[in-house]
Amino acid sequence: MKRLYIFIISLFIISLPSYSQMLVDFEGEPAAFEDNQHCFDCHSKKIYTYENEYTGRIERKAMNPNFILNPDKFYLGVHRHFSCTDCHSPDYETFPHQAELRLEEMYSCLDCHGGDPTYEQYHFELIEDEFGKSVHANRHDEHFSCWSCHDPHSYSALTRRDMKISEIVRQHNNTCASCHDNPDRFQLISDSLKRPLHQIHDFLPNYKLHFNAVRCIECHSSPTDTLWVAHNILSKDLAVKNCVECHSANTLLMSSLYKYQNIELRRSRGTLNAMLINESYVIGANRNIYLNIGSLVIFGLTLLGVLVHIIFRIIK
Amino acid sequence: MAEKIYLYPVWLRIWHAINALMFLVLIATGISMQYSHPDAPLIRFDRAVSWHNIAGIIVSLNYLIFLMGNLITKNGSFYKIKLKGLIKSLIKQFDYYLRGLFKREPAPFPISEERKFNPLQKVTYVGTMYVLVPIIIITGLALLFPETIVSKVFNYSGIYLTALLHGTVGFLLSVFLVIHVYFSTIGASPSSNFKGMINGWHEKH
Ligand code: HEM
Repeated sequence: MKRLYIFIISLFIISLPSYSQMLVDFEGEPAAFEDNQHCFDCHSKKIYTYENEYTGRIERKAMNPNFILNPDKFYLGVHRHFSCTDCHSPDYETFPHQAELRLEEMYSCLDCHGGDPTYEQYHFELIEDEFGKSVHANRHDEHFSCWSCHDPHSYSALTRRDMKISEIVRQHNNTCASCHDNPDRFQLISDSLKRPLHQIHDFLPNYKLHFNAVRCIECHSSPTDTLWVAHNILSKDLAVKNCVECHSANTLLMSSLYKYQNIELRRSRGTLNAMLINESYVIGANRNIYLNIGSLVIFGLTLLGVLVHIIFRIIK
Repeated sequence: MAEKIYLYPVWLRIWHAINALMFLVLIATGISMQYSHPDAPLIRFDRAVSWHNIAGIIVSLNYLIFLMGNLITKNGSFYKIKLKGLIKSLIKQFDYYLRGLFKREPAPFPISEERKFNPLQKVTYVGTMYVLVPIIIITGLALLFPETIVSKVFNYSGIYLTALLHGTVGFLLSVFLVIHVYFSTIGASPSSNFKGMINGWHEKH
């Protein structure tokens, strides 16, 4: 009996590191819940109310849609323990907010996450470098920042080991589509009128299936081994357009979309495509080694049988 | 001059010619896709995909000709298998191909206007035309419209399972084709059956 207890306790201890590795406490009460409520009172609603000090009237106003946040999403994100004024000026605590506040300079990811060994595993510096090479940085300079794609008010990792591939794909592609399939937002940084995504991609045999099965960045970025998610988005003439880059035995997807699940499996040949098989099907990449060998053997035997029969027909 | 009987009506020959040609396209493009390789493309992937789709649709529509023909004309009656004594006659025919043929013995089930196929032929054609071909057409059309396929079967991708079945049956049909074409050389002369499938007249041994 005593041994059983020791066994159970040691099991528990073994399982602990996986919890301590988490940098954010997702279980506990958000640290600044009370403080933030004051801001969310207005900034989570389409209509907000305040008392006009001059007239003494209660005013009902429509909130600028860009400034409406979803507290539920905020408290699910990685910044859930933050107080609004950790990043925004404390002067926002008074209403009406002062006009100059609009000009306040916002932090970028690196301002907090750069050079900090706590976040080493996320390679923020490398992300910055890779982003610096990308079309997003080169074509749009300051207008394009981390926040253009990642909303710090709701951000949580788009790629985690415990996520299904289809879920990873959906989240990632929604990020791209939020501008590239949304003319209103696209115009914030570009005057060009883009054709809709499905038109641009009409060379794909089944564009919808592709969009649901792989991420935009599979073809539109240059992946690096150390980064989980490639940030060097390439210009469109450098995008992968050759089908066999993915549709072949050593599919590109192994080093991009499937790398998270495949890092452990990669070396063993038989399981190379195990991940692909479980969740999706890629013509030319999913090859069952046993069926391939089996079919060759059967086909060989058939030809051999025919050959022997021909020989007998000739000599007899 | 050998005796000739008219066995293959025009509609059948048209169906068969289209079918045979499209099958060759399907096999070549199918293998290209299954074994696609960036440096050694048999047929370029995107072309292989479109040709395979087009040929597949043609084969599917063409199959309707075969079905209708066999439903309306008496050709369908050659595809009815009588279970009684089947095993025995299959063994007999098999034995003929393995021994009797080489000793110039007469065929145990000679072809006539009443008996177009020997038992082995009949079973193979029925298996091919009423089992394998329908499976490959249905799975093929499903893969053409993947949104119609159930997405998960026991945690496996439904598309994957469908593709696996499609590929396996495609392989079996390729094996059928090799055997079929080879056995067609066993006739009055090695080429006479092929001529028969073109002009309609079967040359008797
Ligand atoms: C290059 C390819 C092909 C060649 C050269 C060829 C040749 C022939 C020949 C010579 C015959 C007449 C002899 C006989 O009845 O056995 C025949 C009949 C037949 N073949 Fe083919 N064939 C080819 C492809 C196919 C394919 C792909 C299929 C089906 C998937 C097929 C199905 C049939 C059937 C069902 C018959 C009997 C038709 C009937 O009389 O009702 N053949 N073929």
